[in-house]
Amino acid sequence: MAVADTGLRDLRPDFPLLAANPGLVYLDSAATSQKPRVVLDALRAYYETANANPHRGAYKLSGAATDAYHGARQAIAEFLGARDAETLLFTRGTTEAVNLLATGWGQAHVHRGDRIVVTRLEHHANFVPWQQLARAVGAEFRICELTKDGQVDLDQMRALVTANTKLVAFGHVSNALGTINDVREIVKIAHAIGAVAFCDGAQGAPHLRVGFDALGVDAYAFSGHKMLGPMGIGGVIVRRPVLEAMHPYQFGGDMIEFVFDGDTTWNVPPHKFEAGTPNVEGAVGLAAAVRYLDGVGMEAIRAHEVALTRYAMKQLAEIEDLHLFGPTDVGTRSGVVSFTLGDIHPHDVSTMLDVDGICVRAGHHCAQPLMRALHQSATVRASFYVYNSTSDVDALVASLQRAVARFHAGA
Amino acid sequence: MTPLERGARLAALYQERILDHYRRPRHKGALEQATGSHGEKNPLCGDAVCVAVRVSGGTVRDARYTGTGCSIMQATASMLMELVRDRSCAEVVALERRFDAMLESGVADDALGELGALAGVAAFPTRHTCARLPWKALSGALEQSSGK
Repeated sequence: MAVADTGLRDLRPDFPLLAANPGLVYLDSAATSQKPRVVLDALRAYYETANANPHRGAYKLSGAATDAYHGARQAIAEFLGARDAETLLFTRGTTEAVNLLATGWGQAHVHRGDRIVVTRLEHHANFVPWQQLARAVGAEFRICELTKDGQVDLDQMRALVTANTKLVAFGHVSNALGTINDVREIVKIAHAIGAVAFCDGAQGAPHLRVGFDALGVDAYAFSGHKMLGPMGIGGVIVRRPVLEAMHPYQFGGDMIEFVFDGDTTWNVPPHKFEAGTPNVEGAVGLAAAVRYLDGVGMEAIRAHEVALTRYAMKQLAEIEDLHLFGPTDVGTRSGVVSFTLGDIHPHDVSTMLDVDGICVRAGHHCAQPLMRALHQSATVRASFYVYNSTSDVDALVASLQRAVARFHAGA
Repeated sequence: MTPLERGARLAALYQERILDHYRRPRHKGALEQATGSHGEKNPLCGDAVCVAVRVSGGTVRDARYTGTGCSIMQATASMLMELVRDRSCAEVVALERRFDAMLESGVADDALGELGALAGVAAFPTRHTCARLPWKALSGALEQSSGK
């Protein structure tokens, strides 16, 4: 089953879960991606050949674990376009990365009267930590609204980012609408007054070439499980000047230099921010995932998703009463289509799709402030990735049409 | 699951009676002289329902609801308001137990009146919370009522 129309070969056979379930139409990769066999093999190989606690033992096996962990850091940093791999801090994922920054950087550098600016598009993970930081220190918390087309209103952003602004936090790609933000422009606005620019890349890193060093942001966070890697691993790349100004986030083993009775000195980054035994398995698995993504090619992946999204938007527009949210221009959106279907509640839609073997997300997509602005309690969201094809879109559309027929049969 | 079985499961879930209550809800709106009211929300899907009751002499004289949500939640609320009218509070508690049992067994219970149509929800565990929400709101409203 070649997907000739998007230029990508059929990758389903590489994914054991999808290969074992030929009828399954998985359209929830914005929530979590499926895992290719090479990632699962890497996890197993690590435990079968190199498992020990890294950084600790003087014996050879511990050295192998240390090498595996640092090799993974190198590979992932390189994939994301960061030359300085030691500035990549591993976390459990984007959520922990934002909390690390809000605690380790924010509590030391954001004070009463300062301002934090976020956008209306943010996932709760890039909203609540900053909101709570602002509340705790007495800073202003401002939300940049959207244009009618679902884009961040850059004019309003320019007005909101005043001299007292310490941080501008924004997503690379919206998980709820698929909007791709103009990262460079937002960075320019933030840096013009010396504010730190933080980009939540949970939905960006899996789908777009990040190129961290050229992107200009001061910090960029990502989640491994959304980019073919295992759950429980992710991280944040932090530019040196910000990294050097950060305080430890958690205390414990590995992050210390010397512990005296009365005080402690800290290890150097990245160790300073990675207390305790690290998730070596996760790092190794994510390294295998980024090698796989590189093999497919991020440009090819983007072209594939643009083609699928364009096709989906065209097909969905044919369904009566279907309302599509987000940018109309495929060039400024990723492979996410968020919609409502007449008076049929999104949860009813997703149940009817589920019975046809189609996995979509229905709900507020962890973006309640956005949903409130859109006057929706929920939407249905289908999201695409490397293993999806136009036949998945066809299955979605056919199932939605059956749902409409079923719901309106007796109306 | 064959397409036929899939259709049967959905037909059982989205019975005409359920869709009819969703499209034309009964007993929806404000209740005057309520003795108790209680709201419940499901933060996962945004469903929200508030039930108001007028209880006297240990009997539900009237019950109405307000809220937004999916067809299962709305139909349950609409049918539930009908069911509990002129029932004693003790009877309502017993009916709730029977409803929970029906969600487990998937076998329609005649004692639940029109709510028997919701037996099809049993096959969809992720939707049990939708059908339970109005019951939780009702139970809170009765509790508030008994405290007065």
